[in-house]
Amino acid sequence: MLSIDVHGLNKSFGSRQVVRHLSLEVRQGEIFGFLGPNGSGKTTCIRMLCGLLTPDSGNGICLGLDVLRQSAEIKRQVGYMTQKFSLWDDLTIAENLDFVARMFGMADRRGVVDAALQELGLAGRRHQLAGTLSGGWKQRLALASCRLHQPRLLLLDEPTAGVDPKARREFWEEIHRLSTAGITVLVSTHYMDEAERCHRLAYIAYGHLLASGTAAEVIAGRHLSTWALSGPDLMGATPELQTLPGAEQVTSFGTTLHVSGTDGPGLQASLAAFCRARGLSMEPREPSLEDTFIHLMRDVTDPLQA
Amino acid sequence: MRFSLARWRAIVIKEFIQLRRDRLTFGMIIGIPLIQLLLFGFAINSDPRHLPTAVVMADPGPFSRAYVAAMANSDYFQILGSLQERDAHRMLDRGDVQFVVTFPLGFNRDLVRGKSPTLLVEADATDPMATGGALAVLAQLGPAVFTADLPGLSATPVPRVDLRLHRRYNPDGITAYNVVPGLLGVILTMTMVLMTSLAMTRERERGTFESLMATPATPLEVMTGKIAPYVVIGLIQVTLVLLAARWIFDVPMVGSLFLLYAVVLLFICANLTLGMTFSSIARNQLQAMQMTFFFFLPSMLLSGFMFPFRGMPLWAQGVGNLLPLTHFLVLVRGILLKNNGPELLWGHIWPLMLFMAVVLGVGLWTFRSTLD
Repeated sequence: MLSIDVHGLNKSFGSRQVVRHLSLEVRQGEIFGFLGPNGSGKTTCIRMLCGLLTPDSGNGICLGLDVLRQSAEIKRQVGYMTQKFSLWDDLTIAENLDFVARMFGMADRRGVVDAALQELGLAGRRHQLAGTLSGGWKQRLALASCRLHQPRLLLLDEPTAGVDPKARREFWEEIHRLSTAGITVLVSTHYMDEAERCHRLAYIAYGHLLASGTAAEVIAGRHLSTWALSGPDLMGATPELQTLPGAEQVTSFGTTLHVSGTDGPGLQASLAAFCRARGLSMEPREPSLEDTFIHLMRDVTDPLQA
Repeated sequence: MRFSLARWRAIVIKEFIQLRRDRLTFGMIIGIPLIQLLLFGFAINSDPRHLPTAVVMADPGPFSRAYVAAMANSDYFQILGSLQERDAHRMLDRGDVQFVVTFPLGFNRDLVRGKSPTLLVEADATDPMATGGALAVLAQLGPAVFTADLPGLSATPVPRVDLRLHRRYNPDGITAYNVVPGLLGVILTMTMVLMTSLAMTRERERGTFESLMATPATPLEVMTGKIAPYVVIGLIQVTLVLLAARWIFDVPMVGSLFLLYAVVLLFICANLTLGMTFSSIARNQLQAMQMTFFFFLPSMLLSGFMFPFRGMPLWAQGVGNLLPLTHFLVLVRGILLKNNGPELLWGHIWPLMLFMAVVLGVGLWTFRSTLD
């Protein structure tokens, strides 16, 4: 069963088209990663899915409701966590949750808020102003707040930006628990390790959907071959490597250089010759998600720069 | 560190670029001096002329007609024709005329016989400043009229007209009676519009607007919900001003307090709706402040608070009639000083209602329930 099933979504702000013919299918209960460079239309897309923005054209279903005509209904069943902390700094933790519970017309308001505070581990600090919380706690409060009305779908817009690794890991454990409970989670991120923790993912750039599927599918779909080069005087070799036939992408990783290309045998032959001449060693590597994404970007030009 | 002209230039250029991008500030820079100049230069006149005047002609005759003609020629009076006494007084109550001039029976006869006839002048003195010039002219009219225009007058010396002046509603011409009720409106305009205009832009600036919009709230709920607390604040302000008016300035309160509060409530709501609409148009709190100021300036100058309304040229009166404060001033003075009832006030109540409806419509229309 699909939680999100949208086709051909378009959205422009003035003359700038931010989302182009975007189609997405997200299955119920899965964690769906949403990746792409800054300004690629991720936030706009999420806002269209939760009814904050109306698409210019396109059609689709979100939780069985029409994204164009039933945005008010969708809002009731979707939990949206904004990129920037957007709860009220000048309300206490409890007041923030209470306000949200009221807005969604929850029956046992006090019980729901108390339960959320308990679960958060913030029951003792319920009278603390939300603005005084640290980044990690703000993020947890925001997640608790958007889950308060028990939505079946969570839309999380870069929820872990600027959060330390431990808090990030705990956050993802929480997301996996929710997913097990049948809640669908669409999460946008820039972190590759987070992308790999998603069941499936989509990569969009400048409004276009470039790839989607499981991490393995996305990597395999690009047919990349990658070699890791190591040896003396490696750093000066980058410009020359970039001109080698078959080498489409050269990236530094610590003391090694990763060279990738779609023409596997061709790249291997030219690299072998290069390494012999320079006294370098080379070994094949599984292309990473990051290699794949950066390679994907080669084919699209930023319409603002074109 | 030496002062670097290059750095200084860079800063100046940057400021100009930013200023040009900030259309509203730029508009204010051009707009405020222009508006002030136009208002102070042309619209404001503390010696108003062409004041609407009702004539109650109990004794038509050559002398009384000549007197009316002379009044009209003086430029200070705009004669609205001859009326029944009752109608004329209603118009004075409603504020449609500034003066009622009554020529009593025997006016012409007394003049011919060389006796001083009486002329009853009733002035709406709620704004003492508005009537001063005209009354001074009226007193000097008498002898000149009769000698020049009517040589048939037998008696010499020409009898003086005995002017009986009634300053209605404010017999002593106390300015505070006019200013204090007016201040009520000015204070409400300033605080109500400002506070609400910041309310929504604050949410937008802090990013909390997005959280609000992600809930099932409708625009009408958000707008009216945000207005409600300020209604209470406004009513507290009014009570404070009224208490001060009563106990410090001794302003008479002859009208119905209930009616007064009803009118005040309407006025508060009109201002709050405007603030809310500013709030949904403005991008940030600074812009909201600027818009408030832009509205406040003409409200002060063109409403009849600072300068007599009838002293302004017609175009300025037209602009003034669009402002809620203009109508509120008439309403408050009407209730406090004249004991006007709802039927007399209606002419200034419906403009407030219309203002509120239009502004609310614009506000809801611009309110982006979705963020686009």
